[in-house]
Amino acid sequence: MLDFSQGIRKLHEALRAGTTTPERLLNESFERIEHADGEINAFLRVNDLVSRDRLTTKAAIADAFSPKHLLDGIPYALKDNMCYEGIETTCASKILEGYIPPYTATVAQKLDDAGAILVGKANMDEFAMGSSTENSSYFPTKNPWHKEYVPGGSSGGSAAAVAAGMVPYALGSDTGGSIRQPSAFCGVVGLKPTYGRVSRYGLVAFASSFDQIGPITNSVEDAAIVLQAIAGADTHDATSAHIDVPDFSAKLTGDIRGLKVGVAPEFFADAMDEGVRQRVEEAVKVLKELGAEIQPISLPHTNYAIATYYLLAPAEASSNLARFDGVRYGYRSQNAQNLLDMYSKTRSEGFGREVKRRILIGTYALSSGYYDAYYKRAQKMRTLIRQDFEQAFSQVDVIVSPTTPTPAFLLGEKTKDPVTMYMTDMCTIPVNLAGLPAISVPCGLSQGLPVGLQIIGKMFDEQTILQVADAYEKAVDFAAVRTAHRKEAK
Amino acid sequence: MYETVIGLEVHVELGTKTKIFCGCETEFGAPPNTHVCPVCMGSPGVLPVLNEQALRLGMKAAMALHCEVRKDSKFDRKNYFYPDSPKAYQISQYDEPIGEHGYIDIEVGGQVRRIGITRVHLEEDAGKLNHSVFGDASYVDFNRVGIPLIEIVSEPDIKTAEEARLYLEELKAIMQYCAVSECKMEEGSLRCDANISLRPIGQKELGTKTEIKNMNSFRHVERGLLFEQERQEAMLYRNEKIVQETRRLDESTMSTISMRSKEDAHDYRYFPEPDLPRIVVSDRFLAECLAEIPELPAQKRARFVQDYGLPDYDASVLTANRPLAEFFDETAKRVKDPKVASNWIMGDVLGYLKTTDATIETFAISSMQLAELIDLIDNGTISTKIAKSVFKDMLETGKDAKILIAEQGLVQISDESELRAIAQKVIENNPKSVQDVLAGKEKAIGSLVGQMMKETKGKANPQVVNQILKELITG
Repeated sequence: MLDFSQGIRKLHEALRAGTTTPERLLNESFERIEHADGEINAFLRVNDLVSRDRLTTKAAIADAFSPKHLLDGIPYALKDNMCYEGIETTCASKILEGYIPPYTATVAQKLDDAGAILVGKANMDEFAMGSSTENSSYFPTKNPWHKEYVPGGSSGGSAAAVAAGMVPYALGSDTGGSIRQPSAFCGVVGLKPTYGRVSRYGLVAFASSFDQIGPITNSVEDAAIVLQAIAGADTHDATSAHIDVPDFSAKLTGDIRGLKVGVAPEFFADAMDEGVRQRVEEAVKVLKELGAEIQPISLPHTNYAIATYYLLAPAEASSNLARFDGVRYGYRSQNAQNLLDMYSKTRSEGFGREVKRRILIGTYALSSGYYDAYYKRAQKMRTLIRQDFEQAFSQVDVIVSPTTPTPAFLLGEKTKDPVTMYMTDMCTIPVNLAGLPAISVPCGLSQGLPVGLQIIGKMFDEQTILQVADAYEKAVDFAAVRTAHRKEAK
Repeated sequence: MYETVIGLEVHVELGTKTKIFCGCETEFGAPPNTHVCPVCMGSPGVLPVLNEQALRLGMKAAMALHCEVRKDSKFDRKNYFYPDSPKAYQISQYDEPIGEHGYIDIEVGGQVRRIGITRVHLEEDAGKLNHSVFGDASYVDFNRVGIPLIEIVSEPDIKTAEEARLYLEELKAIMQYCAVSECKMEEGSLRCDANISLRPIGQKELGTKTEIKNMNSFRHVERGLLFEQERQEAMLYRNEKIVQETRRLDESTMSTISMRSKEDAHDYRYFPEPDLPRIVVSDRFLAECLAEIPELPAQKRARFVQDYGLPDYDASVLTANRPLAEFFDETAKRVKDPKVASNWIMGDVLGYLKTTDATIETFAISSMQLAELIDLIDNGTISTKIAKSVFKDMLETGKDAKILIAEQGLVQISDESELRAIAQKVIENNPKSVQDVLAGKEKAIGSLVGQMMKETKGKANPQVVNQILKELITG
């Protein structure tokens, strides 16, 4: 029996040896989805025909298949805010219902070129705004570990799909923690690359200066493999960085001796879950035992990160989401009397509560008379937060923290209080403000739910965070915990 | 007594092959929505990528308008909802335009007036709305969306409607000279909005202004401003308050009509465009732009007066556009008297272009050919009169003057003995005219010259003929 969690390299070897085929892997994926997704709801759409079409067009039939790339013939899922030509893309919003993009996102194109096979589009918080996937206009996704708990968000569908073994990996997007937080909640690995490392072309924008696409995987090595396939400058994205893409697997040796690991007290809030605190402290001990030097550092402006983020990201969103006006595609209100009426009714009816809340906040922050007090001041704070990290990284190689202050919460637990919901991203948001790369790797359980260890790196130094995460992962064998839990669950 | 204060906002489409943020063509007049792609249509998830040529042309324009240019600037988003804007925002420049503090010199009544330029900034054009004749629907043509524009904002230095027209004419000439834009108002590649207010002479503060839109030619701008000036003046004399508003020029009545008041003014919520990195240009890039700026109309006019001895009027007619100026320059260089070249071009060449609605670029006679024709008159090979008919034949056949003259045997007869023989004959056949001449009727000699021309099919050198006739008659 195949298990996607054994890792992309193993699947690749099986394909190469002919002990499995792309078709069998795809069938396996469909079977898992069929079996489990009725309850978990990780997928908005499974593209049976399209996926099978991909199989035949690449002549990946039966035993004749010889993979040309590590991802060749291996299925994956896309978060529903990434475009794939001909496949409905809704961002889990009613306003984009029925929208079929006329082009394919660069990341999906790169995976296509590598021979990867798209299985379907994963659920998410509407327009990536949320931390629990409860803001999906279609249905909430459940945490595969405990189905009464949220999977996190906004890439909750992607994380749940990987955690439930429906796909070997998925792509998510991370604006304020949307890859790392659900990965932590679902006990999988989530990597947010440096801003500019991966092309955003084809990612429906939430907050353009924060958004970044990255992998959600079962292991650190898988994250390195997927990042390798999607990274690099793109002529379609002027903000993608013209910086060499190194071999992200090169440093996955398990050796982190002499590396300097920073720990900042600002990331350990008073309201933090005790189990999370203990797991992260234990993880720091493990790193020390592996030969890393632990060093206290300070990031003094961390407390302002959430306020800063919730001005800047909504400001950009208010503009990015203005194009959903019912004129040319997606939902259009049928009750409108004139143009202005059509705009306001379409948007009032088409967007969900949280999206509207953020559009209003952002519009306000950019309005004449308020711009200086809100948007501009927040930009200044963003600079200070970035400088905090620059300062810290003059002393250490990576910074570790909890990915989230608590493990997954119950479905419905925080939906009534947006600010409490926002606080779940307190450890991840500063990283997006600074544009840095960070990875979340499972570091044990608290109250039977997974806890994530966040490892933050220097600009464009994904190699080192992958190195540290991999060494930690090898040292603790979280996969065993996962397997044990699955058996128990069955 | 009131004085008028006018400021102009001009949009100029940059003559790039492709749009400012995507690879779509910019060709004018294509069927609706054929030059579009996911990027200019603002499909969810797309990103803009700056066309370097647009930046280059924008920079050149700013430099040619004597602006201080920014080596480091940025794009901003101007947010507004309207169906002509597929993203619901326009990528423009707000507080860091590529050029500032420039000027254009215009000549008004023999005096040079310097009109300040506040700023020159880059932006993308919006789509074009076409309203159904039945009034029940509007259609959007997105071919124009994303065509690169510069907006040129003048200081409120313009004092009359005429100055406004002269400013626009000079601006257009500068843009054309620099190959920044074709500036075809009829195709919308140059568009102008005007702000106008009046204030009591001597008062420093500006009066309440109105903005006039929908002016489709320089003449219309002048007429619209004149109307608005009179309207405001009449209101002020009646002690009425001017309302700050946007007005539209109605072409049928040449009057302005209120469109919307200031209360409807938008809050565009400008903020830095996060999808585009800052525009940072190298010294080399700036040097290249500068090197591409040719001699501008004002400089050319001065040189034509100075070096060729042309009257101011000739110089300004001949520099109206760059191809014409270059045509004259090339012709004038090759002839003895540049004024003769000027007369030919201003008269025969421009006359022909006007009647055929053609431009100098496609003119059948090259500057070299015209210079040769002028030379042939100058050295006495043909008369001016013959030259006019040769000119016509050149237009039709494209052949050189020399060839046509040879083919048609048009070389002027200046040989005295030959002409003397013919003159003898003419005198013998026209005793009446001879007597008239002898009786002091100077005009009668004209009739004899005419006879000579008839005999020689117009080839006789009129000066020589005159001289011979006088000699023979008066002895």
